Amino acid sequence: MTSISEDSDKEKVRSVSVDLNNDASLVIDIPDALCERDKVKFTIHIKTTLSSFQKSEFSVPRQHEDFIWLHDTIVETEEYAGLIIPPAPPKPDFEGPREKMHKLGEGESSMTKEEYAKMKQELEAEYLAVFKKTVQVHEVFLQRLSSHPMFRKDRNFQIFLEYDQDLTVRRKNAKEMFGGFFKNMVKSADEVLISGVKEVDEFFEQEKIFLLDYSSKIKDATAKAEKMTRSHKNVADDYNHISGAMNSIAADNNTAFKKTISVCVLQKLEDRVASDQELKLTELLRYYTRDIQAAKDLLYRRARALADYENSNKTLDKARLKGKDIAQAEENQKQCLRKFDKLSESGKKELTSFKARRVVAFRKNLIEMTELEIKHAKNSMSLLQGSIEILNSN
Amino acid sequence: MAASSERSPPPFPDSEEPELLEDSDEGADAFTGTSISEMDSPSPDSTRPPKDIFNEPPEDIFSDPLSNINPEPQKKVDTKIPSPSSDEAVDLFSEPLDDDSEVMSSPEVQNPMPDLLNEPVEAPKSDVLGEPPVHKNAARQQDFFEDPPKGSNKSSSVKKAASAELFGDDEDEEDLFKETPKVVTKKPQPSGPPVDVFTEVKSDVKVKPQVKDDPTDLFTEEALTAPAQKPPASSSSSSRTNGVHSEEQDLFSEATVELSLDSPLNDRKKKDAVKPSLSAPAASVASSSSKAPSKTLEELEEEESEDKFDLNISVTNPEKVGDGMNAYMAYKVSTQTSLTMFRSKTFTVRRRFSDFLGLYEKLSEKHSQNGYIVPPPPEKSILGMTKVKVGKEDPSSAEFVERRRAALERYLQRVVSHPSLLQDPDVREFLEKEELPRAVSTQALSGAGFLKMLNKATDAVSKMTIKMNEQDVWFDEKIQDVENEEQHMRKLHVMVESLVNHRKELSGNTAVFAKSVAMLGSSEDNTALSRALSQLAEVEDRIEQLHQEQASNDFFTFSELLADYIRLLGAVKGCFDQRMKAWQRWQDAENMLQKKREAEAKLLWANKPDKLQQAKDEIAEWEAKVTQYEREFERISATVRKEVIRFDKEKARDFKRQIVKYLESLLNSQQQLIKYWEAFLPEAKAIA
Repeated sequence: MTSISEDSDKEKVRSVSVDLNNDASLVIDIPDALCERDKVKFTIHIKTTLSSFQKSEFSVPRQHEDFIWLHDTIVETEEYAGLIIPPAPPKPDFEGPREKMHKLGEGESSMTKEEYAKMKQELEAEYLAVFKKTVQVHEVFLQRLSSHPMFRKDRNFQIFLEYDQDLTVRRKNAKEMFGGFFKNMVKSADEVLISGVKEVDEFFEQEKIFLLDYSSKIKDATAKAEKMTRSHKNVADDYNHISGAMNSIAADNNTAFKKTISVCVLQKLEDRVASDQELKLTELLRYYTRDIQAAKDLLYRRARALADYENSNKTLDKARLKGKDIAQAEENQKQCLRKFDKLSESGKKELTSFKARRVVAFRKNLIEMTELEIKHAKNSMSLLQGSIEILNSN
Repeated sequence: MAASSERSPPPFPDSEEPELLEDSDEGADAFTGTSISEMDSPSPDSTRPPKDIFNEPPEDIFSDPLSNINPEPQKKVDTKIPSPSSDEAVDLFSEPLDDDSEVMSSPEVQNPMPDLLNEPVEAPKSDVLGEPPVHKNAARQQDFFEDPPKGSNKSSSVKKAASAELFGDDEDEEDLFKETPKVVTKKPQPSGPPVDVFTEVKSDVKVKPQVKDDPTDLFTEEALTAPAQKPPASSSSSSRTNGVHSEEQDLFSEATVELSLDSPLNDRKKKDAVKPSLSAPAASVASSSSKAPSKTLEELEEEESEDKFDLNISVTNPEKVGDGMNAYMAYKVSTQTSLTMFRSKTFTVRRRFSDFLGLYEKLSEKHSQNGYIVPPPPEKSILGMTKVKVGKEDPSSAEFVERRRAALERYLQRVVSHPSLLQDPDVREFLEKEELPRAVSTQALSGAGFLKMLNKATDAVSKMTIKMNEQDVWFDEKIQDVENEEQHMRKLHVMVESLVNHRKELSGNTAVFAKSVAMLGSSEDNTALSRALSQLAEVEDRIEQLHQEQASNDFFTFSELLADYIRLLGAVKGCFDQRMKAWQRWQDAENMLQKKREAEAKLLWANKPDKLQQAKDEIAEWEAKVTQYEREFERISATVRKEVIRFDKEKARDFKRQIVKYLESLLNSQQQLIKYWEAFLPEAKAIA
């Protein structure tokens, strides 16, 4: 079981809320979370001045599945078709660190006490990082909903926030899962079909091209960044192992005292470097995953809009061809057109705001990352300098 | 122990003796200056025999005769005067030292003759002091000198008498026998009085040098132990010894080593027991000599490190010679030195890899059996070399060549930083001579290579079969330490290797990421962001470079250091093995002797006088062997000890230097990192 104190979250809350032009009327954050086996229980804290809520400040417990339910209902709501629906948070995945923890437990006998303690510490840190990240993505999801003028008024959203007992949403059964899968298939097939359709609006045409391109590239970049982070982590791990090995050399080498000292210094340094690198790179990674989700999300919305447009055109054509039910078809087409126009209009707005948001997010994150890089580099530099001095004075 | 009881008579003077040594600075210097242990390391192997003469005789002379003198009041005065005051005698004492230091520093060490000639003249003079008492104590001294073999055999003092008789009998017999008893009983002579004195005083002495030795031998003896009566004469005689000088060296070095090594042995054996009174001086000398390494080694270290600056070796310009599978890499070996042992100050030769291996083969053949740590060269790499031979100009083969070049350079530097190896003619030849005979035995697939493998296998087997019960705590611990250390080093090395690999991977991934970011930037429609992204791509590109550099730094300063030391630890282990082998030889001889003695006892009992003689001869022969092997073992132990201490020091220094260097490289890359990111920061901020 792990819980995160409010302190550690504060910084993070601030960091994400910047780009979500939050107003004070509805502030949502997740100050605490509890991990029990596979389930993660988030405590959601709401502070609001809106009259639609009964209280001005309250907290509710929610699970990951509740978030998924909220996302699904929003996606299924017709009115929001023209909006960029914030991506659902990914399922918490603690398998990696947990597995490692397990392995560590098995290998306990084969390593020294210090080594074990260090490994454990390391793993705990990793676990905590994953945990924090999970909490953060959930929080971001809610904040994006709350910051949106449409979604914040959503009924389900309000229920989600206000209902003070466990929501105990029904889990998806196999059929529904399959249905979802099927729907996805249809959607991607649809996308292929739609891609052939000539775009009437130049703005959307451009956006489409841009987004497709951008999406593939950012996906690529994310994958690469992940790879880079992983190898960076490997390097950090190596440092840890090296410092361990050096320690053991130093331990049984009573003659070379000088070496012992140098080794200890080195070890400390590597420790720091390792954690630093992990920190800044996960930061980078996190940022990219978030961003790509937004991009994907947009693409998805775009596809929907196009599909709707396509459909309306088709029905109209059919109706005209058949020569019957023209009125109804016309009515339908008009409706579709209206809907499409509405979608286009809101889409345009959304996309523009997305662009602005993306630029802001990029800027913020790039600056933060750069500052972190500099900070860590400076830290390790002073550490290195210190150890060199110690060595030289010896 | 029989030895101790026999040695007990003159306890007092002996206990005073070491004090005397320590009291007078010059005297102490003279002693430490000439102590074996110290002399062994600085002076090259080629001069080992003379060196022994220098160390040992003075030591013996000072310790033994003086100890005998001491009871005599007026003689005591004589001996005491020289050390504090600066008359002739002081010269005597210091003279050997001077000569020694000359040996150490002089480039003509290869030809120690002049020194040798001086030395005998001086050494005998010191005998003058010790002479009279020796006359008086001659008989006892004789006994005393016969102790060591017995002490070392420890088996039976009864046999001793028999063997003493044996010597007496043997005297007039064939050469072979004359030689052997001589070796054994010779001990008194170096420290003892002149030969004629000997004969006249010790009527019962079994050894009669005049009878025993042929003229040249006589001269050499005279030259060395020679009385002071006629210095000019003895010098002239010693000049005549030139021709036989090598034999004489051997004889004397053996004899003297025997004496002095005996005592450390006894000393060690009786470590905890109270030191027998008479062996005390010897023991104290021995202990001072065994302590000497730690004390004097540091001085030596300093000398060495000074020396080292005088000799700068670099291996550069790897060049491919030839084509196809017969191609090989030639390296330029440039030496810069102010040492006078070399013909010029700077010189350059071209050497190929097998030459380096050949050098190692020669050195290890000569020195490793003496317990020296011969730095091993980098391993052969058929794969890497084949790649180079095939001639692909790919980065991996370039890296391979560079790696090998650096390793060869470090190898040579290690060789020349070893004081004894530096003096080796092969090393000089390697550095100086224009053309070297091709080293053939280094081919991995040749017959010689096969033989080598076979030897290694048999060595490994014999190593397993030897069960040495270690009496020396130091060695016991050290062997264990080295074993552990090697293991840890290996582990560390694996980790550093993986660090290098991971860093290379990281660098590759960073490069890919940089490209990807550049692409992203190009498709970004916000101009400021697009610009920032392409900047980021550039930064990542540079960081990639940085990682790459760091990876090669990891490799060259850290990983290679570890690899070197893993190899060196292997060499250290080899030294321990050599010591063990020497021990085994000694033990085998010891067993053999035991058997022979039993056989003799049987013969005696069976009353078969005809065979008895032969048995006695055999016993004498094996006794000689035992003492010789034991001496060898002691010598090798001392050398290994010294070598390991030296190695440890070198290692600590090396590691410190390399780690500092490594940390500096890390520091540097962090600085670069800061620079890159700081340059990027305004770009990021410029995104509007």
